[in-house]
Amino acid sequence: METAIEVKGLIKNYEEITAVNHINFEVRKGEIFGFLGPNGAGKTTTIRILTGVIKPDGGTATIMDYSILKEPLKAKQIMSVVPEMANAYIDLTAWQNLMLIGELYGVPKKKRQERANHLLKEFKLYKRRNHWARGFSKGMKQKLILCTALLTEPRVLFLDEPTSGLDVESARLIRDVIRQYNRDGTTIFLSTHNMEEANKLCDRIAIINHGKIAAIDSPENLRMKSSSLKSVEISFNKPLPVNELSKIPNVTQAKKIGDKIRLYTDEPHSVINSLIDYARSKGLTIVSLNTLAPTLEDVFIKLIREHEGD
Amino acid sequence: MSDYPFLEQLKRALAITKKDLRIYYKRGPVIVFGLIMPFFLFLAFFIGRNMPMERLFTGLLGMTIFFSSMSIGPAIVPFEARSRTLERLMSTPISVWALCIGDVIASFLYGFLISIVPLMIGLVFGVNVTDSLILCLGMILAAFCFASFGVLLSAYPPTDVPSTVMMVSNLVKFPLVFISGIFIPIQGWGRIIASFSPLTYFTELVNYSIQETSYYSIFVDFAALTGFTLLFLIVAIKIHEKTLPERL
Repeated sequence: METAIEVKGLIKNYEEITAVNHINFEVRKGEIFGFLGPNGAGKTTTIRILTGVIKPDGGTATIMDYSILKEPLKAKQIMSVVPEMANAYIDLTAWQNLMLIGELYGVPKKKRQERANHLLKEFKLYKRRNHWARGFSKGMKQKLILCTALLTEPRVLFLDEPTSGLDVESARLIRDVIRQYNRDGTTIFLSTHNMEEANKLCDRIAIINHGKIAAIDSPENLRMKSSSLKSVEISFNKPLPVNELSKIPNVTQAKKIGDKIRLYTDEPHSVINSLIDYARSKGLTIVSLNTLAPTLEDVFIKLIREHEGD
Repeated sequence: MSDYPFLEQLKRALAITKKDLRIYYKRGPVIVFGLIMPFFLFLAFFIGRNMPMERLFTGLLGMTIFFSSMSIGPAIVPFEARSRTLERLMSTPISVWALCIGDVIASFLYGFLISIVPLMIGLVFGVNVTDSLILCLGMILAAFCFASFGVLLSAYPPTDVPSTVMMVSNLVKFPLVFISGIFIPIQGWGRIIASFSPLTYFTELVNYSIQETSYYSIFVDFAALTGFTLLFLIVAIKIHEKTLPERL
């Protein structure tokens, strides 16, 4: 598969702190690539390097074969970005914001007007197009910034926490639009804290911590690799002490979750059989019994902890 | 200027100019430091001194073009950093030099258009402009030179506090006003100090165009203003290239 973004040995130091530490990865054309990590892991620094805003101290990065160091303007021309801390120009109208970005990317006047009209309608901002962005809510401003990013029909779109702090409806609209543009061929690089969002949207995910890549794989593969995080959740007709069930063979950990008990295990099958035997022997009735695969959040926390233990 | 056509970048610089003019001409610091302060400074120096109209004209025109051309430039980048629009701007396919040129053109237009007001006042009050072409060319070149100086002053320190930049720029501007012969004709060793201020050469050109005494030939004045403009522009671009990422 062809490569949209290629990162090799990227390094960025801020005084004594190494924000990005020799990272390597590839993003394939047409995929949604998630970039996850705790605060201060190096996500925003990586995005700033890839979008040509800051220069790395070492390594290389290419966007659609254009080196961001040697041909930054050509690379910037084919990509767009929604930065985490970005704001629209509040003293310009929504329309003027869009026209400004269109002009900065050299989009012909007729085309930028057509695209602006289309996007403003798509994001339900059309009626407010001649209003100053100063009066827009956070969600409306974020939609406007996304409109400016999409106006140029980028081949690669960088999104840094695009739905952070938004209401459910705005976040869903933005996610739907991301999917739609990805279906139309745009490669998406998505940095997010929202595991559910990453799980639903991304083809592959990279987890970064302390400036290093801890894992890269599809959400499903990441979950499967973390077999120790599989669990069985059970509730009985009577409350039971947790430590009773932790003695069952193959159970690595037992936790009380509300009126249920969650048992972590590599062997859910054998644990279920043991639980049924246990219930019979104690005269208990099983009210509910479920096997649970690890969530992406479980995997994320496990990987981060393992990485910090290294 | 490496990997993109020069003319295309220039077009994008004009988009920056349009944005700057829409946003920044009405900002408080621009109005205070670009219009109100020089006006009161002018009044403080000239009222009650019974000066000839020609000297008043030179002072008013010089002060206006100097302060107004330098009022927008220093404010833009700190405002952009503070209002969090700078990162998006830096991720667009525009070179730092084009970004600076866009800001310079905005400041130039603002300064040049505002300085038409004292020009008109002078003409109404009977100042005899004998060489209007030289005056006009001088105003254009001076406005461009001071606008470049303004953009240079915004380059360092890399702060996102506009008032800090305005204070620093005033620290530089005021001494230049006093050594440029706007208020008092400079003679003797003072000429050496005056030659370090670009405003001196504009004052000379105004004096020449209204047949007042001028020290240098107009060729020297134009050459000096051109030299200062290039120097300010090149240094501003170089420093901005380094400091813009530090503002994020």
